[in-house]
Amino acid sequence: MTSVENVFRTHEGAQEMRPRSEISAKEILREVGSVLRMSEAEVAKLGQMPADADEDQTMIINMGPQHPSTHGVLRLMLELQGEKVLRCKPIIGYLHTGMEKTGEELTYMQGGTNVTRMDYLSPLNNELVFSMAVEKLLGIENDIPERAVWMRMLLSELNRMSSHLLFLASNGMDLGAVSMMLYGWREREEVLRFFQKVTGLRMNHNFIRPGGVAADLPPGWRDDVLTILEMLPGRLAEYDILMTDQPIWRERLQGVGVITADEALALGTSGPILRSTGVAWDLRRDQPYLHYDEVEFDVIVGSYGDAFDRYAIRINEIRESIRIVHQVLDAMPLGDYRIQNKKVTPPPRARIDESMEALIHHFKIFTEGFKVPEGEVYVAIESPRGEIGCYIVSDGGPKPYRIHMRAPSFVNIQALPHMMRGGLVADAVAVISSIDPVLGEVDR
Amino acid sequence: MSDVEVTPEAQPQLHGCPLSDSRGQTVVHPTRAQYVALMKKLLDGGYVMCSDLTATDYLTHSGRSLPEGIEAERFEIVVNLTAIASRDRIRIRVQVPESDPMIASLFDLWPGTEAMEREVFDMFGVSFDGHPDLTRILMPEDWDGHPLRKDYSIGRIPVQFKGSNS
Repeated sequence: MTSVENVFRTHEGAQEMRPRSEISAKEILREVGSVLRMSEAEVAKLGQMPADADEDQTMIINMGPQHPSTHGVLRLMLELQGEKVLRCKPIIGYLHTGMEKTGEELTYMQGGTNVTRMDYLSPLNNELVFSMAVEKLLGIENDIPERAVWMRMLLSELNRMSSHLLFLASNGMDLGAVSMMLYGWREREEVLRFFQKVTGLRMNHNFIRPGGVAADLPPGWRDDVLTILEMLPGRLAEYDILMTDQPIWRERLQGVGVITADEALALGTSGPILRSTGVAWDLRRDQPYLHYDEVEFDVIVGSYGDAFDRYAIRINEIRESIRIVHQVLDAMPLGDYRIQNKKVTPPPRARIDESMEALIHHFKIFTEGFKVPEGEVYVAIESPRGEIGCYIVSDGGPKPYRIHMRAPSFVNIQALPHMMRGGLVADAVAVISSIDPVLGEVDR
Repeated sequence: MSDVEVTPEAQPQLHGCPLSDSRGQTVVHPTRAQYVALMKKLLDGGYVMCSDLTATDYLTHSGRSLPEGIEAERFEIVVNLTAIASRDRIRIRVQVPESDPMIASLFDLWPGTEAMEREVFDMFGVSFDGHPDLTRILMPEDWDGHPLRKDYSIGRIPVQFKGSNS
């Protein structure tokens, strides 16, 4: 399929934000609306827009893509009047590697290695949603062994902790609390060390696979988890002393990047950003998957929708994750860690030595992959950043016909121009940080 | 759902659009003409969040099953909506022909579809009528073609073994 005759030759307009002199009055109304990422009707509802300055008083500057506080390769075009941000447009795509296209060329067995690289701070959640979508297509979602389900919950929650710890680190760094950067990485390292022991890798594990997980937990895993769980509460209390209670920290975050519940819903945001506005929407509780309906935890919500709420939600979500992991440790059953379904599970290593059929079976699964019945599903779970969804269309073959990941960061950064409008450039850094975007997932 | 009208010997419908079931998930199949009106009704009916908007190119997989009366076309726009209050999800699949790859934008209903529609435009070349800023989002702005179309080559670069004798 190398023909490109069917493909349109396109040269669309520039993606950049255009200066005011180049756009008409009508367009600028539309532009302000679109920069706010709201429809004209909704902009009208907001009431009188603050009077914007003439062009000779403003300037357009680029922030990024190589700015350390923009978390990767996010480029923002800001229109500034002095220190004030008037308009802002995020420009993305610098990390686009066509992972959805690549996913169409990989079998369902190989797909995990692809999706795990999208949100590289919570790889296990990516694998989980992909595996759950494939299992739903196969119709085996209710046959996953109990131990595998609880293991998935354990890893998913530990991953939430490590992701939020990195958020605390980078959020501190962005706002000048440089020592927090070290503490956040230090604690995250403990979690990653556990992941390395379990999966063999610190990141991009490809450990949660369709049908279960790749291997059983190693000996001594319970003590390792308990060590993390005992270490974290004290460290979180230190963060409270270092940041939460600090007047300087509060001054920098409170009232910055405010968004209301209606706006957050209209913009499609999810996760801590939506919850910071007071909407208690957490897929773990509201559309429970795995065994989240059997564990007790609170959904943390904010009330002001500002950057401080988003910070406080994440630090408290770590505490909730600790609660969940304690319950997972109590509930962890013995048993199989992957489904014993010949169709999707390769035979055990020992069988390959003694049985020709097992060897052929093993070979077939790893070269051809397994066939998945025709159909299409959308499965969504709560990743640390919000709703991560996986839409898979199968044509009955061993590779997905179409795989689409609904990346929470991709949708969440649409709220950026809205949160920034009228703020200061220095606050822009705080706002970007509070969204906690992972550009690998934004650009895919 | 309560507002599903089940007429005898007919397929279930929602607001006049045929419904189907995909692995336990509800899917509505409006035509392009019904699309925006249906979405407006769903938004008013509690589906306040547009979780996802994407597309599929069915160029090489034409024999998919669709409810009676829905003509399979090359492109399909797939929208996933979420109702916060009833904790419910619904999926909308609209057929878009290759000869006229154009569909109305949902920007006025859910401003959050802005980036997702740009991504579909970028990846599939389906235009959205009424979108405020329809430019490429992931690919460079002077790029030719739409990468997620099935007739777009994956463009694999052969591995070069440098320094080998053969």
